[in-house]
Order: sequence, then structure tokens, then C-alpha cells
Amino acid sequence: MSHPIIDFADVYFTYPDGKKAINGITFHVRHGESVGIVGANGAGKTSLLMLMTGLLLPIRGEVHVGGVPVAKKTLSVIRQKIGFTFQDPDDQLFMGTVYDDIAFGPRNYGVGEEEVKNRVMKAMEAVGVMHIKDRAPYKLSGGEKRGAAIAAILSMEPDILAMDEPTAALDPKARRKLIHLLKGFPYTKIIATHDLDMVLELCERTIVLKEGRIVCDGLSFQILSDAQLLEQWGLEKPLSLQRCPICGTKKE
Amino acid sequence: MIMANIIKSLYNIRMLDELAEKRTVIHSIHPLMKVMTTLAYLITTVSYDKYAVSSLLPLVFYPVVIIVLAEIPPVPIVKMALAATPFLIGIGILNPLFHHEPAIILSGIQISEGWISFLSIMIKGIFNILAALILIATTGMTGIASALRMLRIPRVFVLQLLLTYRYISVLAEEAVRIWEAYMLRTPGRKAIAFKTWVPCVGRMLMGAYGRARRVYQAMALRGFHGEYNPGDVKGMNTVDFAYCIGWVTFFVLVRYLNFSAQIGAAILGVMK
Repeated sequence: MSHPIIDFADVYFTYPDGKKAINGITFHVRHGESVGIVGANGAGKTSLLMLMTGLLLPIRGEVHVGGVPVAKKTLSVIRQKIGFTFQDPDDQLFMGTVYDDIAFGPRNYGVGEEEVKNRVMKAMEAVGVMHIKDRAPYKLSGGEKRGAAIAAILSMEPDILAMDEPTAALDPKARRKLIHLLKGFPYTKIIATHDLDMVLELCERTIVLKEGRIVCDGLSFQILSDAQLLEQWGLEKPLSLQRCPICGTKKE
Repeated sequence: MIMANIIKSLYNIRMLDELAEKRTVIHSIHPLMKVMTTLAYLITTVSYDKYAVSSLLPLVFYPVVIIVLAEIPPVPIVKMALAATPFLIGIGILNPLFHHEPAIILSGIQISEGWISFLSIMIKGIFNILAALILIATTGMTGIASALRMLRIPRVFVLQLLLTYRYISVLAEEAVRIWEAYMLRTPGRKAIAFKTWVPCVGRMLMGAYGRARRVYQAMALRGFHGEYNPGDVKGMNTVDFAYCIGWVTFFVLVRYLNFSAQIGAAILGVMK
């Protein structure tokens, strides 16, 4: 059995205003796993991802990424292992062109310009955003921005993709394209989202958070098809598992 | 009106960023040489006597040539430069009040030294702002930052400049968002009520702070440690040096040989 690539051991985090965001979380993620993090608003999903990337540091407990403890001294190493996409891609795209934005990470890690170019091209090809290479990020559509934000982290060649609401504000076609894209990625994926249909399609495992605690951790299909439990956690069954709203028949 | 100006400023910043991505002969000049040329232009402009007007005019040749060669749309860039005129007026408007001595008489109208010096301040100011805008539009803020680092300007100052420039748009976007939310719920109003200003400004600063924090986090997550790496900046070649030396020579000639007076004298000579 492979070693866990992400390891949370009894982690607590409280914001400076006193809000207890994470209250004793323990879980492990193994190489290549796709894990959906779900829960109602304020359940602690984003805080959990931020603890994973070292944007927040636990007040108690330990987080390990790829065997390295997440601490101030190790942030540089940790952040090479994890590619994190923000909920709003506008927060992530700050350079003048998409190319420069995707090249930003590798350049900061001292990668030679020839290799930077290779990585940028490879990342853009993987995401299918080659046509927007020289465009200003603020001129892109929502789907293109999301694609550029993902390419920006792929160019860092991370082991893990951590994504906060990747399908938020995407139109159905762009959402479908993104799901298809993520399905093809070999990376370990941690996806915090309210899009339970996407979780069902992409993640074999789901962790449910409530008030900063893990209330359920198991196979996605089993968890997401239990309407009663989902109701308790402020969630509801994915649309694909609900009955047809017109004829009332159960979907296959 | 204020909001229209903020939206306009946002578009102007974006326009400068887009212009900086063009690929013209001016854009291909090394950033360091363009920064040095601009510095030489600024120094030349401010080195003139406070009553200099006609001798300053040949300096307009520099922005005109660059605007043409760099394919910069002249109207918006000149409008941007003219937007600073209220500040220039603020600096020079007291001169006509305190300096009444007659300087010249034009068609029987006596013009005082104060008005001449005021005009000189306006011309110098507009030329300088135009030169700075042209530098941004042909080099980009990141190119300028890398040139400043080559000039051994401390990292902290360059970073400050770079991030301030980036966060101007963050602040402006936040202001626009608040303005739109306010106006949608206050039909018939043309401006934000005075008593609502404080919460609006507070909300704007908090929003801009939050956004700036997230942008910084996104940068930190991709290995940013305070030094922006623009990638391989191409080495300087003979053309780059010739560009800088050519312009500096022109500035020196204009400064010490009063071309306007000589051209005027030549024209009058021909007319006689």
C-alpha cells in the first residue's frame, strides 16, 4: 500500500475573529486518489484546502504533504507539490497575458526560460487554451479563465491538484469540458465543491464536512445516494440521482 | 462623474497594458535603454529656465516620433496626459498672481512673466507625463521593473511600484462594484449621498484588501518571494545603444541650441 500523499492528523484552526473553522480533522489521501470535499456553506471546505497549501497554519495538529510537514520553513517545497486553484480565477490571473501568467510559477522557481516555454506550451495544450496565449486575462470568458488558471498550476508540474469550486460560475458546456479535462488528469485531486454531480463523476471518494468536522468519509456513490444523511448535512442528492421531475421515474 | 472617471482610469490602465504587448520596433528596444532615454528626457525638460516656452517646443518631437513608431493611438494617450492638467494648474496658477512684470507684448496685449512661467510649467508637465505614459505603453510595468532592478534600485521600491500599479485596478474594480450596487438600489440619484460615503469607502477598502490578499496568496502559492522574475530579458545590442545615444544627443542639442528661435529667424529671413 502506498504512503499517504496528504495526511491531516487531528488538525484544528480558528480564525483571528474567533470563528472555529476546523475542529479536529484527521484523514489521509493516497497517491492518485480523487477526493471530493463537500459540505454546506461555512462547513470548512476552503479552510481545509488553505491548511493543505500552507496559506493557513494549524493551531493544533499536523498536516503533511508528500511526507513533508506543512510549516513556514517548508512552504516553498509544499507549494511545488500542490497546485491550488481559487474559487474566483480572477484572483489567480494577475499578469498582462495568459502566457506570462502560466510562466509565473516556473520562473519563480528558477526554471530556465527554454524549459519554462516547454512547460507553458504543454500546460496550455493539456487544457486547450493555446488560442488565448497572448490575450489579457480580464478579457477571457469564465471558462477560458478557469482553463488558464488550471494551466497556470499545471506548469508547476505538481503532484496534487487542490481546487476550490472549480465549476462555479461556468456555463453547462464549459462545466462539461472541465469535468472531461479533470477526468483525464493522472494527478491526485482534492476538489472542494457544492457541485455534487461533478463529485459523483470525478471522485471515487467523498469527505463530508459539517462545522469544521468530518461527518462522513467514504465512497462517493454510497454517500451521495443517501438522501436522508445528505439532508442532515445541509446537502441534497445530486440531480443525476434524483427522480425525473416530469415523469417521476428513477434515473438509471 | 467620479465613478465615470474611475471606470475610465481602469480602461486606461488596461489599455496601457495591452499596448505594452505590441511588437513594434520601439517595443523591441531593451527596457533599460528606454528607461534611460525617458530619464534623460525628463531631466532635459525640467532643466529649462522657468520662463522657457518656445525653446521647449522642439522636445515634442520625441513623444510624437515614439507614438507613431510604436503605433500608439495618439488621442487616448494625449487625453490621459491632459487629465493631469488640474494638478499642473494647481502648481502654477499662483505665478500669474505674484509675477506681474510684463514679459512680452503680443498684438498689443501685455503678457506678464507669471503667465509665461505658468505656461512653461504646463508644457513641461504635459511633456513629462506623456513621456512616462509612452514608456509604460511601450515597455510594460514589468519591463520597467526589470530595468530599474538593473539600475540597482532596491528590490523593495521596485516591488512597491509593481504592486501599487497592479492594485490600482483591484481598488478601481471594487469601487465600480460598490457604485453599481448602490445605484441599483437608489433610483434617481446621480451620486452617492454624503452620509453613505463613509460606509461605502470602508467597504471598498475592505473589499480591495481582501482581493489584494487573495491575489498575493495566489502569487505566493506559485513561488513568489518578493522578486518578480520577468523571464529572459534579451541582451542589449547596438540598436538599443544607438536608440538611447541618438535621443540623448537630440535632447542635448535641443537644450543648448534654441531650434525654435533659429527656425523663426530663418523664416523671417526668407520673408524679408
